[in-house]
Amino acid sequence: MKADPKGVLTGIHFLDGDHACCEGALAAGCRVAFGYPITPSTEIVERMAMRLPLIGGAFIQMEDELAASIAIQGAVWGGRKSMTVSSGPGISLMMEHIGLAAMTETPCVFVNVQRAGPSTGLPTLPAQADMMQARWGSHGDYEIIAICPNSPQECFDLAIHAFNLAETYRVPVLVMMDESVGHMTERVVIPNAESIDVVPRRFTKSSPDTYLAYEPKDNRVPELAPVGEGYHFHVTGLTHDDRGYPAMTAEAQERLVRRLVEKIRNNANEMAMIEETQTEDAEVILVAYGITSRVVLRTLQLARKKGLKVGVFRPVIVWPFPERRLRELAEKTKVFVVPELNYGQVVLEVERLVGGKAKTILVPHGGGGLHDPEDLLRVVEEALR
Amino acid sequence: MNEHVNPVERFLRMDRMPHIWCPGCGIGIVVNCFTRALVQSGVDVDKVAVVSGIGCTGRIAGYIKLDSFHTTHGRPLPFATGLKVGNPDLKVTVFSGEGDLVSIGGNHLIHAARRNTDIKVFCVNNFTYAMTGGQVGPTSPLHSIATTVPYGNYDMPFNLPFLAEATGAVYVARWTTYHVRQLTNAMVETLNKPGFCFVEIIAPCPTIYLRRNRLGDGLEAMRHYKQDSKIVPGANTRDVGMDLSGPIVVGKFVDKDRPTLLEAMNQEYGAKLGKEYVPFPTGVQR
Repeated sequence: MKADPKGVLTGIHFLDGDHACCEGALAAGCRVAFGYPITPSTEIVERMAMRLPLIGGAFIQMEDELAASIAIQGAVWGGRKSMTVSSGPGISLMMEHIGLAAMTETPCVFVNVQRAGPSTGLPTLPAQADMMQARWGSHGDYEIIAICPNSPQECFDLAIHAFNLAETYRVPVLVMMDESVGHMTERVVIPNAESIDVVPRRFTKSSPDTYLAYEPKDNRVPELAPVGEGYHFHVTGLTHDDRGYPAMTAEAQERLVRRLVEKIRNNANEMAMIEETQTEDAEVILVAYGITSRVVLRTLQLARKKGLKVGVFRPVIVWPFPERRLRELAEKTKVFVVPELNYGQVVLEVERLVGGKAKTILVPHGGGGLHDPEDLLRVVEEALR
Repeated sequence: MNEHVNPVERFLRMDRMPHIWCPGCGIGIVVNCFTRALVQSGVDVDKVAVVSGIGCTGRIAGYIKLDSFHTTHGRPLPFATGLKVGNPDLKVTVFSGEGDLVSIGGNHLIHAARRNTDIKVFCVNNFTYAMTGGQVGPTSPLHSIATTVPYGNYDMPFNLPFLAEATGAVYVARWTTYHVRQLTNAMVETLNKPGFCFVEIIAPCPTIYLRRNRLGDGLEAMRHYKQDSKIVPGANTRDVGMDLSGPIVVGKFVDKDRPTLLEAMNQEYGAKLGKEYVPFPTGVQR
């Protein structure tokens, strides 16, 4: 399906990542949004509040992030596409409802404009320290999709992709921005609606008599039924059977949670989005995502000027991690250097996949700023020595 | 058609029976009244959605055969807000306990009432956290016994009708599970009334609350509700607070009109934006 032109602000713009993310969501068909102000994500909800009333939608500021993160799920079951936006402490409050969305297979989007923590931390400065929280912050076992834009243009493009993935896999999708991507202003090209692909809500074709709300269908994903049309379906955060009814047994848990995990894990390579730069001959590969994936491009430039065989591997979708490709690269690479704005999160996944076939070096940074490309160059040089 | 089929059965997920509620519990009566209200109200039952939180009352969503949502602890109201905004054609009802709606979900309660969100709230008040074994709750009477106030409750309880009225509900009533006809009527009225409607339902928990406080069994509670309830229509909600075994003021206390959340949004934005504004559907027929 193509995008609804009402939500597409076609043209060439000069936008920051927060504003571009909002436009991406509107282009994807988001017409109902709920939020609560928090730096550095507030600009997204402000733009939502300004734009939605002009295109037949609604933004409602809720009493807190707990409310916003479940109100979007109500709106989704009401038939809309919906998202919420937050950062740091607000995202922590939303964690229970990311679990609810995973458990009830509610397609929705959470945007996290990451700031440095823990706790109130550095509200106005960047970090990438919520990457493991994104994956496992709610209790219990589940999988989500996390996508990391590194520019305002990507905030637009990947917001659309996030909605499409949410609909495809019936899963909460987390757009993991950070303060620097959210607040940097760059050229953003918004194409015509006809050139934007949008995955619509896919409703069951079964009749209410035969419909089973949580029966696994294509790709292990069950079919949604429209609310208010006599399907009389039940949705619960309790472990449930194919009917959607609570089922308090180890067998029901195994069947359900295994499917929730596998529908994402087993499709990791299909949904992978990777950007590789000069990895063909690389002896050292810088693995970076989000804003750090732009910093390492400068390191790459400096290294290549010195004749060093350096490449960059950037997972655009970080969760699920693009395992197959990284394993391939591990066969022919000496060293993986992993800079991230935290004290070691995604590096754990890199180490696991490299499996001792190459050296893995973490370059941690507590956030509040970005890595210095020249510092990273020194790490690369040291690694090659 | 089998003439012996109970008329409420069409609204129940019979394939989930038996239910989890204890003998003498009041929640089944609430479900029974609601199914009768669905018929009496004349609403399109397919457009009625049931949202619950967590707890004994929170299990209602799982037994009523309508589109039903069993959400997280304390959050049925914001979920219901999203559901109503997402699909304004729905009649959105919330069934949950006083612990869910007033303690952990208290912030959502006061804000949903303030906004006059078009939601019908049926708050089953059994004075305790029953599902977890009988801890003190936000309405537990002073001096009552609960596992977390083993020597007596020293915490001032909420007066729920007063709270609901003060925060903006347009319809506020209280009935007990003895008052099945009045409760059914209240449900019928709220199903046909736009805005935030709050009905407190006093219900017995014989297994935990009544037993621990030596208040008798379920039947004894019904006798208490019958003998000690005082119907005071339009009572000042300030005066309807409850204690351990004293009189219970019941009745419809508030019934007024003001724009719902979505109507107010349309009024404000319509006035400010004029033709630029695309009105949002409200689902309200006045």
